[in-house]
Amino acid sequence: MSLDVLYFAWLRERVGHGRERVETSAATVRDLVAELSARSDGHAAAFSDLAGLRVALDQDLAEFDAPLAGVREVAFFPPMTGG
Amino acid sequence: MEVRVQPDPFDFGAECGAFAAGRSDAGAVVTFAGLVRADGGLSALEIEHYPGMTERAITAIAQEATRRWDLRGCLVIHRHGRLAVGEAIMMVATAAPHRADAFAAAEFLMDYLKSRAPFWKKEIGADGPRWVAARAEDEAALTRW
Repeated sequence: MSLDVLYFAWLRERVGHGRERVETSAATVRDLVAELSARSDGHAAAFSDLAGLRVALDQDLAEFDAPLAGVREVAFFPPMTGG
Repeated sequence: MEVRVQPDPFDFGAECGAFAAGRSDAGAVVTFAGLVRADGGLSALEIEHYPGMTERAITAIAQEATRRWDLRGCLVIHRHGRLAVGEAIMMVATAAPHRADAFAAAEFLMDYLKSRAPFWKKEIGADGPRWVAARAEDEAALTRW
C-alpha cells in the first residue's frame, strides 16, 4: 500500500522534509517506523526514542501498535505544545 | 461553537464583545487569552501546526466541553506562524447560564488545547531557536477531567 507520511516540528527538521510518499507492507505503525528508520541517518535520529513521539493515523491520535490497514495518512510528531 | 485556526492576529477585545453581545440565554461569559511571554531573552514564537488535524482536534475538544457542561456558546481561536512578544496566541470564550459551567469549560478547553491539539511552539531567543518541550504538568492536568 502507499501512505503519505508527515513529520512535524523537530522530527521534520531531523528527517529533512515534512512529507513523503511511502510504499510499504508494514502491518503496524511500529513496523513502519522500523522501515522508515532505515531510510536515512536523519530518519534514524528522528525515531531514536519512540517514547518521546506521538503518531496520528488519518488525523486521529493512535498507538504505535495500531494496525495500518486502510490508513492513508500517518503523521509523526513530538508531544504537542499548544495553548 | 466556533473554531478558527489562522496566522492573522485577532482583536481580543472585539472578539469578546461580539461573543457576549445579544445573548439572552447566558448569564455568564468567561474569556481567556494566551500571550507570548518574554521569557529569558525570547523575542518571538514560531508556531507550527498540522492543517486539517488541528481543526478536527479542536472541534472534538469543544464538542466534548459542550457535552460535559451546560454551554450556550463556545469560541476557540488559535494562531500559527511567527508571533512577537505580547501578541495573543489564542483565546477561548464560553457562555453558560451560570458561571461555574463557563469557568470549568474554559479551563477544560485550555488544558486539552495544550496537550491534544497539534501545535508545536519554537522559541526564538538570544541563543537561537529552540523547540518548546511538553511539560509533564500539562499532561497531568488532563487527569483532573
